[in-house]
Amino acid sequence: MKKNKNKSDELDLIDISEFMDEDVPTPKPKKKKKKRNIEVNVITYGFLALFISLSVYFGYFLTFSSEEFINNPYNARINQMSKSTIRGNILSADGEILAGTNVDEEGKETRVYPYGNTFSHIIGYDTNGLMGVELDANFYLLRSHDFILNRVLNDFQNKKSQGDTVITTLDASLQEATYTAMSGYEGAVFAIEPSTGKILCCISKPDFNPNVIAYNYDSFATDSESSVFLNRATNGLYPPGSTFKIITSLEYLNEGGSVEDEFDCKGKLADEDYTMHCVNNKSHGHQTLREAFGNSCNVAYAQVGLSLDRASFAETANQLLFNETLPSKLSNSKASSFTLSPEDKNPRVMQTAIGQGKTLVTPMHMALIASAICNDGDLKVPYVVEKVENLNKVEVKSFESEDYGQILTEAQANELEELMRYVVTDGTASALNTDDYTVYGKTGSAEYTSNKDDTHSWFVGYAKDGDKEIALAIVLEGAGSGSKHAVPLAKVMFDEYFNEQ
Amino acid sequence: MLHLITTISKYTILILFALYTYESFAVLRPGMKPKRKEWIYKKQKALTYLLLLNANAVLLCVTMDVRVLFMAVAEIVFLSIATMVYSKIYDGASILVLNNMNILLGIGFVILTRLDVDRAIKQFVIAIIALIVTVLIPVFISKLKFLNKLSFLYALIGILLLGIVALAGKSEYGAKLNLSLGPVSVQPSEFVKIIFVFFVAAILYDYEELYEVLYATVVALLHVGLLVASRDLGGATIFLITYLCMLYVATKKVWIILGGAGLCAVGGYFAYKLFSHVQTRVIAWLDPISVIDKEGYQVSQSLFAIGTGGWFGSGLGEGMPGKIPVVSKDFVFAAISEEFGGAFALCLIFVCINCMLMFFNISMSIHDTFFKLIALGLAVEYASQVFITIGGVIKFIPSTGVTLPLVSYGGSSLLSTMIVFAVIQGLYMKRNEEESEIEDEKE
Repeated sequence: MKKNKNKSDELDLIDISEFMDEDVPTPKPKKKKKKRNIEVNVITYGFLALFISLSVYFGYFLTFSSEEFINNPYNARINQMSKSTIRGNILSADGEILAGTNVDEEGKETRVYPYGNTFSHIIGYDTNGLMGVELDANFYLLRSHDFILNRVLNDFQNKKSQGDTVITTLDASLQEATYTAMSGYEGAVFAIEPSTGKILCCISKPDFNPNVIAYNYDSFATDSESSVFLNRATNGLYPPGSTFKIITSLEYLNEGGSVEDEFDCKGKLADEDYTMHCVNNKSHGHQTLREAFGNSCNVAYAQVGLSLDRASFAETANQLLFNETLPSKLSNSKASSFTLSPEDKNPRVMQTAIGQGKTLVTPMHMALIASAICNDGDLKVPYVVEKVENLNKVEVKSFESEDYGQILTEAQANELEELMRYVVTDGTASALNTDDYTVYGKTGSAEYTSNKDDTHSWFVGYAKDGDKEIALAIVLEGAGSGSKHAVPLAKVMFDEYFNEQ
Repeated sequence: MLHLITTISKYTILILFALYTYESFAVLRPGMKPKRKEWIYKKQKALTYLLLLNANAVLLCVTMDVRVLFMAVAEIVFLSIATMVYSKIYDGASILVLNNMNILLGIGFVILTRLDVDRAIKQFVIAIIALIVTVLIPVFISKLKFLNKLSFLYALIGILLLGIVALAGKSEYGAKLNLSLGPVSVQPSEFVKIIFVFFVAAILYDYEELYEVLYATVVALLHVGLLVASRDLGGATIFLITYLCMLYVATKKVWIILGGAGLCAVGGYFAYKLFSHVQTRVIAWLDPISVIDKEGYQVSQSLFAIGTGGWFGSGLGEGMPGKIPVVSKDFVFAAISEEFGGAFALCLIFVCINCMLMFFNISMSIHDTFFKLIALGLAVEYASQVFITIGGVIKFIPSTGVTLPLVSYGGSSLLSTMIVFAVIQGLYMKRNEEESEIEDEKE
């Protein structure tokens, strides 16, 4: 009896080879018993495979995909981390402190934003809920990768450890220069580096001072008219005006048109009971598509619009990411909208072709289109958090540039580039024509009420100087024409960006 | 200082459990000498006690509740008695299965003490009752000769109990699972699960005609149908898989596995199309964050817990497992992973795999076909239950709400699982008798 007892835990799992030679007589009678177990073996290995895949998935989740869940605003555990960690700093790409934590002698912590209103929306705040980078990088700011012994020592002394530093892609001097030049305006600016998707500058006005947000929060939050907390650069929906002619031109060229095709402009064009005017009823006369783009001739573009296949036009807009959430590492952004169907009447088509009608865009979206044109049609996903370091500047985590893919072919991008260059050399943005760098763009004056004199001032474009590139979109609410307001602001930005070391 | 204790302990507890897990597989190596096996079992027991002492010491520091101290002592006394009963009284019982049962029970006690001391005490009392109830089961299994003749009785009890639940059951989280009997609430499906395996085995172990298989199939589908009617989808899935596996082993027809998989797929598809509560489960599985305010809340909270805990956990008492709904029952794995760490939780999965292997092992080595089928059925039930509950908690599969055997809070679940372990031990004893009979014949 004793002898048998020891056998009890021997596994009877057999390997495949044992039931391959079914017909060969086995010398030992004991083996016979095992042959009855093929089915049980199948089931056992089946369950074993299930459990192995379960374990692999579990390990994968813990290692790779858990962060997206940890850094979720619903995860109450993050706030608990602040009990043992001093919230880390947020820096610009050029090393300026955009947000930091002051600790007084009694251990009371205050979040400070040295630049005040300048970075209000993109950096955000960390009281009354979270916003901006403060929200998106919350988890990293509350984690400490301080030297392990220091942390153990802090534990003993009941002291907090210093949270990690989050380094952004933002260009502090560009942001500051742009912000200063925007004084007196409301609206938004969004600028990125086309080759990487790094967000260089993001401004939305009206703005707020994050240093005193705790006191002003309620009045801002209840003021629905100026919607101070809305980041207009990513979530503001504006009529694109003439900047939309970039997309209309693309569709025209797609359908076999050429930049040399000629149009006649007598200052106005009537169809059904609607009349389209050029600005100040100016007659542009006989001109090519290139010239019409450069002069922003509405009559020529109304004709272009009427010649287009409407379903295909809508498809092209969708290919340029209309009607969908934009690719971005920011926690939220609004989708632009564009609709056009074969049943639409001619006046609607004429308006749509020049960026009026029902089309609405965000400044970020227009900047992304400009960025893709600059980058031979390839779009990079915009991101603002570059890397995370511990307090000794040792890198903890870095974020790579991510490719979204071609939203235009290289040929399409080059044709649009030619048109956008003409706007600067011979058209409405000639103020940007300089030897210091090369600018490509499109101006716009978007009507937003029935009063034709009330227009948002737009500039969408990019500039290159050697390897250095920047794509941007500017919208100044109710400021007037694109050439008069948005273009000078673009000049300030380009000058600042290309003069930096 | 407290933080330091929990931080150091989370690593020591992990090391103890990892060693235990390693030994539970190391002992399976073929050709190991009996002396060495006994030595490993002793080590496992020591590791279990050390783990319990360490974890309870942390809990005592965290809660400053004197009841924790009593619990710790009581747990160790309890596990020692369980060990003594099985290893001294039952000849041939598997010490590995016993050790696994003990450490799983221990981990259950610890995490429940952390979550809710009152519930832990209740669970502990049920465990004592369960030990007393199950003490004779191994003897019954190995000695009673008529267990394979009662198929009609098994079917009657199973269908009757499930029918009553479907009609008069208490609704909880959308599913009808429980019957109130005065002050206690019982979950009959936990016990029907065992009776069901006996029923199928009693029909199929010596079937000769096709109508017998049809009879078994109809009764099995009736069980599944009643569970679906009670909206106990996890339970229905377990019954269905168990029946198919037993049928496959009894008939040796490969097409049953393939056909069964097809049947499950079709059944799943129709369940998805017909029932809105199935659709919400699937949505909550695919993207829990998108429906975090409603159906996705539980799974999201579970993933927050597991993710924030990471590989090494927050340490006992340092996490926020209370944020997860039904954490002490269906989602206990998330609480364990959050506070003990993902590495510990992974070891837990492996100990469950080890139990499963030992269940299948006895199914393979026992000669009597009736008992072979019983062991197989119980093994499949145990394995699918562990897989479904952990898979649901970590978003590997849609969550269907079943408990983690021996670890989750719940009297019916604990009692029925201990019965299952007792039956398995009875089968190990039975095999021991078979082997000695063979030896006798040889002589």
